[in-house]
Amino acid sequence: MIPGSFDYHRPTNLSDAIALLASLDAEARVIAGGHSLIPMMKLRLAMPSHLVDLAALDELRGVSADGAEIVIGAMTTQHEVIASELLAARAPILREAAELIADPQVRYMGTIGGNVANGDPGNDMPALMMCLGASYVLRGRTGERRVAARDYYQGAYSTSAAQGEILTAVRFPAPPSGHGYAYAKLKRKVGDYATAAAAVVLTLSNGQVATCSIGLTNVADTALFAAEAARAVVGSRLDKAALARASAAAEAIASPAADGRGSAEYRKKMAGVMTARALSSAFARAKS
Amino acid sequence: MSKLTVSMKVNGKAVSAEVEPRTLLIHYIRENIGLTGPHIGCDTSHCGACTVDVDGKSVKACTMFAVQAAGAEVLTIEGMAGADGKLHVLQEAFREMHGLQCGYCTPGMIVRAHRLLQENANPTEAEIRLGISGNLCRCTGYQNVVKAIQYAAARINGVEYKEAAE
Amino acid sequence: MNAPTPPSAVERAEKLQGMGCKRKRVEDVRFTQGRGNYVDDLKLPGMLHGDFHRSSRAHARIKTIDTSKAKAVPGVIAVLTAEELKGVNLAWMPTLAGDVQMVLADGKVLFQNQEIAFVVATDRYIAADAADLVEVEYEELPVVVDPFKAMDPDAPILREDIKDKKEGAHGPRSHPNHIFNWQIGDRDLTNAAFVKAEVATKDLLSYQRVHPCPLETCQCVVSFNKITGEITIHGTFQAPHVIRTVVALIAGLPEQKIHVISPDIGGGFGNKVGAYPGYICAAVASIVTGLPVKWVEDRIENLSTTSFARDYHMTTEIAATRDGRVTGLRVHILADHGAFDACADPSKWPAGFSNIVTGSYDFPVAHLSVDGVYTNKAPGGVAYRCSFRVTEVAYAIERAMDIMAQKLGMDPVDFRLKNFIKREQFPYQSALGWEYDSGDYHTAMQKALEATGYRQLREEQKARQEAFKRGETRELMGVGVSFFTEIVGAGPSKNCDILGIAMFDSAEIRIHPTGKALGRMGSKSQGQGHETTWAQIIATEIGIPADDIAIEEGNTDTAPYGLGTYGSRSTPVTGAAIAMASRKIKAKAQMIAAYMLEVHEGDLEWDVDRFRVKGNPEQFKTMSQIAWAAYNKVPPGMEPGLEAVSYYDPPNMTFPFGAYICVMDIDIDTGVHKVRRFYALDDCGTRINPMIIEGQVHGGLTEGYAIAMGQEIAYDADGNVKGASLLDYFLPTAVETPHWETDYTVTPSPHHPIGAKGVGESPNVGSVPCFANAVNDAFKFLGSTHIAMPHDNYRVWQAAENLGLHR
Repeated sequence: MIPGSFDYHRPTNLSDAIALLASLDAEARVIAGGHSLIPMMKLRLAMPSHLVDLAALDELRGVSADGAEIVIGAMTTQHEVIASELLAARAPILREAAELIADPQVRYMGTIGGNVANGDPGNDMPALMMCLGASYVLRGRTGERRVAARDYYQGAYSTSAAQGEILTAVRFPAPPSGHGYAYAKLKRKVGDYATAAAAVVLTLSNGQVATCSIGLTNVADTALFAAEAARAVVGSRLDKAALARASAAAEAIASPAADGRGSAEYRKKMAGVMTARALSSAFARAKS
Repeated sequence: MSKLTVSMKVNGKAVSAEVEPRTLLIHYIRENIGLTGPHIGCDTSHCGACTVDVDGKSVKACTMFAVQAAGAEVLTIEGMAGADGKLHVLQEAFREMHGLQCGYCTPGMIVRAHRLLQENANPTEAEIRLGISGNLCRCTGYQNVVKAIQYAAARINGVEYKEAAE
Repeated sequence: MNAPTPPSAVERAEKLQGMGCKRKRVEDVRFTQGRGNYVDDLKLPGMLHGDFHRSSRAHARIKTIDTSKAKAVPGVIAVLTAEELKGVNLAWMPTLAGDVQMVLADGKVLFQNQEIAFVVATDRYIAADAADLVEVEYEELPVVVDPFKAMDPDAPILREDIKDKKEGAHGPRSHPNHIFNWQIGDRDLTNAAFVKAEVATKDLLSYQRVHPCPLETCQCVVSFNKITGEITIHGTFQAPHVIRTVVALIAGLPEQKIHVISPDIGGGFGNKVGAYPGYICAAVASIVTGLPVKWVEDRIENLSTTSFARDYHMTTEIAATRDGRVTGLRVHILADHGAFDACADPSKWPAGFSNIVTGSYDFPVAHLSVDGVYTNKAPGGVAYRCSFRVTEVAYAIERAMDIMAQKLGMDPVDFRLKNFIKREQFPYQSALGWEYDSGDYHTAMQKALEATGYRQLREEQKARQEAFKRGETRELMGVGVSFFTEIVGAGPSKNCDILGIAMFDSAEIRIHPTGKALGRMGSKSQGQGHETTWAQIIATEIGIPADDIAIEEGNTDTAPYGLGTYGSRSTPVTGAAIAMASRKIKAKAQMIAAYMLEVHEGDLEWDVDRFRVKGNPEQFKTMSQIAWAAYNKVPPGMEPGLEAVSYYDPPNMTFPFGAYICVMDIDIDTGVHKVRRFYALDDCGTRINPMIIEGQVHGGLTEGYAIAMGQEIAYDADGNVKGASLLDYFLPTAVETPHWETDYTVTPSPHHPIGAKGVGESPNVGSVPCFANAVNDAFKFLGSTHIAMPHDNYRVWQAAENLGLHR
């Protein structure tokens, strides 16, 4: 219940934050909304020596369009994601997924950066970012670089971010107008992580699936980009056979842990079921 | 364990205390400032008994360090009534509708309900249930909590409260 | 101008806000303003904080405990281990069940998270840091977590402290891990009934281990005054007087110097009845340091160590005729008690009142046998609105009746109707020794059937089953029924005692000169609203407005001795004491009124709030006027004042009952359920405050829903406790919690002064089997007979998988 001790810093701009991080030891952590980190600290599963609070970095907040891409600042909260008219109009899957994250209080504080940056396999946004073909903007001492979400996750809590790099924004090409989307999340109750969840974005052409992208949450030690499952429905009218192929392909790449949510076999099967349900919902929403 | 001075406004009043960086906001409020309305009910940020309002956001005070709230405006249950002691409509509504039993979740529940009605002045039952899904209660089964919030919303909006048919 | 018409009797009764009305709660005034007074709100000068270092192992010898690093942390005042406690003979303490329990690990640990050392420091953050620095060397021992293996010949011996004791507190022990065997009923007649049974069922019905999980955990502040030798204990105690007597007995402190105070309690549900190591360690620490010591457990500690509930494995057999009349009931229960038998049962009842397993049905013969065993799990057992094991056996009988109905090809309601105890059979002598006070089961069931349109639901279900078979839907519909009879109001002194103290309860009422009143009771509300309802009883009995009556509970110095609030005993026992004390006052008031009116007592009649002369109603004295007179002019020979105390020894338990019906739809491809409808009819006899009763029912139904549909405190093969935090322990939010429809009938208890039975636990008793029956009912037509709880998504899916429904 009581966290360990640490020193606290609250830089007022990004370059100061980066410089500060570079000067601290390897046990220093950044804190965004704190709603992944602080619970871990209270259980003493995380004992950082320093916390660098990003709260004062207004430059990391906000949702904007930059040409064909949508840019979401890392410190944008889930509550702000849900409220964003731009996202509601251009990429409504974000609101749908954000509404299924945790509870109202957590959404006021939890940030999209915090949700994608640290490689927690239970978080929902990584699968969405993979589905949307997003890239993460990382800034460190050596400058800025971008890493595709699909390449970012190495394992549980293990990512391509280098020591001292801060994830400052996520960027993704806005899905075409008329696209279909859905985030289907099976959970035990509000506030729980996914038993299994699937993010789908697709487009139709003459009633057939033209493009499709699928991301899976919490059924492996990282979020998964289900390329095979998506390929299985392209060119189809999402008939039963196509759905079954997609489910099977999703199941095939899922390797969930057994936990309070169910056996590994059950969660694997649910990866397939959520994939099928998300596909059906997305298909129904799409305009040909 | 070097301490720092953390100052903020709680229920409109400027407060200040010497705490460690790791001092949780809930402990700052309860122990340093002496307001024991918000409660602690779990250790994994699930129950919401510690819910306060920080700069217009519902926040679980157990999942924030006091230092993160430095300079903020915090509202707790103790700040819901008027300066003259007149109860907030929600406080009256919870009593009117029997929306509490042991009272332990109540401070967090009322402060959350207050923010919920700021977000959405006329929530449906489903929206209320989703709106308080970060506040656990072991006594009421939520049904009368929902009624209390509906009743308060009706009063605030100046409309007649109609009890939904059973 | 005409004189205003005097208020009518009805108007005067309304003003009283007495029994039967939805009086708004007194408690709410402070709770809605954040001015409740809970234990952790208390700050005393110089107060220290205690925190435990706990065992990471489930079963191990302790080779060494090194507290040096912990002691070296600045701000740490003391670190207690069993060694220090032995010095004051408190390393072990007696339990309420006649066993002994380690306060701090003595030579070995017996369950994961067991208390090993108690760190006392100047603030809770330092105590937490220091608790982490205690170092323990373990020698691991083999673990017993399967109660069915606890009595194997080669099972590891858990309780080495009593391994040579062939007798336990409840009779002979047949194995070192055996605690007791308890039997009741006629075994020979019952066996004979099964031998000649036309139809018989036998099923292992297990009720999983769960935890009451009140929102406020267990906590205390103990303050020992070295100068006066007085000890003051503020704590989360549902039975504060019992705690005081326990402290007197085990600490050897004089009882008049022990002050136990239960302030506001944030939910109890049975979690806060017993004494825990945290209380004892805080007390010792306070005695040693001379300073107040606060102990507050966190949620993981609460779920994994301070008691538990259920863990009953009930092999349940019903014998019946082919046309559906039950002829016998035979039940064997394997009770997993964890490492110590710390069950908070009345002392003669090691298996609680499990002999209510006959339920609402007229079994001519029955036999029940219970074996308790030790395992490497947390101690406790009786808790969580269980009414002393009633929840467990209500689940068993309601599931077993459904299983038999299925075997007979009968509708579960019709099977029940055929076997209900009939109204004219009350008071009813059950085959397992209880005298049920009153009941009208047929009326209640008919009301439930009509309110829910039960027969149409069955038709709808048939249609949906056909659609399922045709592949048109992947959803199954279940209709669950439960008709429970439970037993509360412990209890008569002839068979109910806690540590030898009979289970009466008490009320002391004092009327002040200006006609206001103060009542103090031996019960202790943890949310049940006694400050509101006790005043309602007094208001109706003696005609003083409830708003003029202050109610106090929880201070053992001022409240008369009571056995506390749990097992739904307050209304049946304390409520009765309140009525009796009120009647003593009313009797004296009548004499004073007669004296004031210069008539004989027999010439007076009672009229809501006054005594009036029969035939001459303008001649009256209100209770207000009588109160004043009691302090200045009483009849010659009478003592002044107007007060009374009653200690009520109930002649019997009370037997609330109810009819619950649940409609559920199940998605077999995910295992997700949706409760379409839940109807709960409760009969708790006379209803004191319908609003509060409804609230109690909502809360109990929600707990039952959580138990049936997902709660579990489980242990893996190594004794690691699983699900002991709110990340996994299923507490439904407002989104999952179904909408509840409540209804009632009123069948008063004939032996209770106001006919009331109690209701707090009924909804937990009745709802769990109702939900379980709904889930099972959904799968029946596919050949399933019993699916065990909890019915979380995964296990429901697995049931469908096992039936081949996913191919």
